[in-house]
Amino acid sequence: MPKVNVTIDGKQIQAEAGSSVLEAAQAAGVAIPTLCHHPALKPEGNCRMCLVEVERQRNLQASCVFPVSEGMVVHTHSPKVMEARKFVLELLLSDHPTDCMTCEATGDCVLQDLAYQYDAKVGKYYGGAKHDYAIDDTNPFFVRDYNKCILCRRCVRACDQINGVEALGVAERGFSSQIIAGLGGTMEESRCEFCGMCVEVCPTGALMPVGTMKQGRYWEFKHTTTVCPYCGVGCNLDVLSKGDKIIRTRSAWDKAPNYGWTCVKGRFGLDFVNNPNRFTTPLIKRDGQFVEASWDEALDLVADKLSAIALEHGPDAVGFLASAKCTNEENYLMMKLARGVVGTNNVDHCARL
Amino acid sequence: MTGLVTSFGSGAMTNSIADIANDAQSYFIIGSNTTEQHPVIGMKIRQAVKQRGAKLVVADPRNIPISEFATLHLRQKPGSDIALINGIMNVLIAENLYDAEFVASRTENFDELKDKVAAYTPEAAAEITGVPADDIREAARILSSNRPGALLYAMGITQHTTGHQNVMSCANLQMLLGNMGVPGGGVNPLRGQNNVQGACDMGCLPNYYTAYQRVADEAAQAKFKAAWGKVGSLQNGLTVTEMLPAAEHGKLRALFVMGENPMMSDPDTNHVRKCLESLDFMVVQEILPNETTPLADVILPGVSFAEKEGTFTNSERRVQRVRQVIPPQGGAQPDYWILTELGKRLRARLGLDDAAAPYAAWNYTAPEQVMDEMRALTPSYAGMAYPRIEEKGLQWPCPTLEHPGTPILHAGKFARGLGHFMALDWQPPFEQPDEEYPFVLTTGRVLYHWHGGTMSRHSEGLLGIYPKGKVELSHADAKRLGIASGDLVEVSSRRGQVVAEAEVTDKNEAGLIFMTFHFPDAAANLLTVRALDPVGKIPEYKVAAVKIRRIEQPVPVA
Ligand code: SF4
Ligand code: SF4
Ligand code: SF4
Repeated sequence: MPKVNVTIDGKQIQAEAGSSVLEAAQAAGVAIPTLCHHPALKPEGNCRMCLVEVERQRNLQASCVFPVSEGMVVHTHSPKVMEARKFVLELLLSDHPTDCMTCEATGDCVLQDLAYQYDAKVGKYYGGAKHDYAIDDTNPFFVRDYNKCILCRRCVRACDQINGVEALGVAERGFSSQIIAGLGGTMEESRCEFCGMCVEVCPTGALMPVGTMKQGRYWEFKHTTTVCPYCGVGCNLDVLSKGDKIIRTRSAWDKAPNYGWTCVKGRFGLDFVNNPNRFTTPLIKRDGQFVEASWDEALDLVADKLSAIALEHGPDAVGFLASAKCTNEENYLMMKLARGVVGTNNVDHCARL
Repeated sequence: MTGLVTSFGSGAMTNSIADIANDAQSYFIIGSNTTEQHPVIGMKIRQAVKQRGAKLVVADPRNIPISEFATLHLRQKPGSDIALINGIMNVLIAENLYDAEFVASRTENFDELKDKVAAYTPEAAAEITGVPADDIREAARILSSNRPGALLYAMGITQHTTGHQNVMSCANLQMLLGNMGVPGGGVNPLRGQNNVQGACDMGCLPNYYTAYQRVADEAAQAKFKAAWGKVGSLQNGLTVTEMLPAAEHGKLRALFVMGENPMMSDPDTNHVRKCLESLDFMVVQEILPNETTPLADVILPGVSFAEKEGTFTNSERRVQRVRQVIPPQGGAQPDYWILTELGKRLRARLGLDDAAAPYAAWNYTAPEQVMDEMRALTPSYAGMAYPRIEEKGLQWPCPTLEHPGTPILHAGKFARGLGHFMALDWQPPFEQPDEEYPFVLTTGRVLYHWHGGTMSRHSEGLLGIYPKGKVELSHADAKRLGIASGDLVEVSSRRGQVVAEAEVTDKNEAGLIFMTFHFPDAAANLLTVRALDPVGKIPEYKVAAVKIRRIEQPVPVA
């Protein structure tokens, strides 16, 4: 890749030709705020939050789409830039519920963070006119509250560029613009597959998973990177939890093999873990009824029975079915239990099924 | 996966998700409803088609979601895959579109293949498959002029009495196209459940120790005996599909089931119940009630993926760390702990000596110790130490602690040396439609559920959006039989009957009926055939002869 010389905030750097000012700045460790931009999506430059001043350019430029060139001098935090960004934010906040104290996205909202950073004021424009959209909670996975939508189109692009079904679009223009699914109905009436990528990239509380509602504040949740339990793609997931409960799946963008992409099962299907029907104590069947037992009782009974049958009828009278859902370590132990302890090769799992 | 062992010498997905997504110029998807069964791979292929114009050929009897993005959709009759692929190969050879250099340098037995497929002209193949001859020609041209190309398949290829041959047929095609050992190519079986690959790799197979070290091999037996102090015989054990009849006949007396639901996932559910009820003792280690747990004598509460440490191996052979998110629910215990406790107790009762061998004793206190023991006995996993895979998983074979893992198999050389062409003939499926049972039933999954459904049916959202099993049939058949979407229908085969709601769809051609196997009240497996692929021992889920009629009231199912 050829390089070009660029000066960003007085820092002389070499940037890759063809890269955007935003990318060059990030590579040089200079932070430029973004709203509509998301690293997993193609930049669109529609929100004007990443504006920068480029010498010899008449207007401020959206750095996410403006390419670097030789000798370019860029100011990312000049007074003119700061004022323009504040204006962008105050316009957005003028048509925003700003109910952060009860909003599920608090602590995980790009708009909130930037408003704080730029000291943006609420209700300065539109003479108090605000949208009053009905909240759509018709599908079991996520709630759509377009009163909080800032029309960044991240969701539309995620559905197109990640999932691919293009379930979302923008209807109307100007102040009446609105994100719609399909022809404007519910998600279920559209081509949506509920992969949740739109929810993942939404920078505000406009799209929120049903499962996180009233479960706690974002900063209370623990993040753990682990592997999806459903299919053989083996997606890495950033699983949020609180206490002994799974709250939500976020994308683990830097992890192979899925690099943040998920389907509906990994995104919204992990709540089986907290299902109240979970077995939580060993059970022994007595006279046709299951009764609770201690671990010692249950384990001793299993060991008694399996050893007695193996001793009386030979090891091949015992069979072991291991699991395509359990870990390698557990499957190894199951295999070793069959062969190395009981002494039979009767061990299999349901892969052939 | 035995088919690929014969052709290449190794039975796993040959390439990686990343190179398939980024480098393939064409895709041939056969017997895989990719966007519903392996959704993220389906999404990546959609993007390859949308964003870089990759070509996509889908061979599937049904209109599946990915076929909407296809350059060409071949709707072969269920069970006619070999005829279809032979037809494509016939064109490749007749029109000289194959990779002669690859065939000459990397493969053997080409002449036999050539002789065999000579009979499968596009017209002859069209006769068997129902796919127009010109589409077969077109498929051959698309695949040969857009290389490298990746072939992907799933259960739609393996769940047939000819599953083993179907797989070798896929291998034939990719070798003929020279698509092996390169990024964006390969024969890629997409594994079903998330750790099927790992369960196989760990030797949870009646004929293999870890990583396909053969039970019948004396050296392997000696190695494991030296490590553990005790092993099984040189005779292969029983497969799951053989264990059940063995239980019925009193040869198998006890069964230990960990995290599986044979009642739902085995063919012919009524027969499975009878077999399981014949056992003297059954212990089930599970997290949630399912159709198998009521038949158990003891239920041991294990934990879900979110409550344990360990590793899973995904479809592309990548060994990845599973991390504990939350503590075990209630009094449940990590499965490794349960197995360790049982191992100790069983050893004591069987009078085994802990000092007999280096790994004889069962005193594990963490899953990592199990991994370290397994690595010491398993060459292709030897380099997969936990610290190396904390950040990013590694793909086997990974034989040393310095080895970077193997994203693409068979580069430069096949595991067995030369790739082996198998000359194969098409054989009709075990059960053909007839006058009494005029429809072909095929089974599969939907996006919102998973396999026997133990997990997905306990997820509120997933159950909410797809709450019950359905019977899908074509508009033409629906009209003829006076069935509308939402009507109750009874589907019966020679083995049983199921009542469920009908859904009239343009996914199916006339004569074809589709059901899922996620739901107990519409369990397609009450109907399916127990006939097994004699080599892979995989039941023929994909083809059964059935009849269907509309009913007024639900009748209790026997
Ligand atoms: S959930 Fe997925 S498919 Fe549905 S609209 Fe969002 S991105 Fe598109
Ligand atoms: S719903 Fe969210 S992601 Fe979509 S346009 Fe509105 S704010 Fe952006
Ligand atoms: S998120 Fe979806 S595609 Fe990824 S592993 Fe889970 S089930 Fe498979």
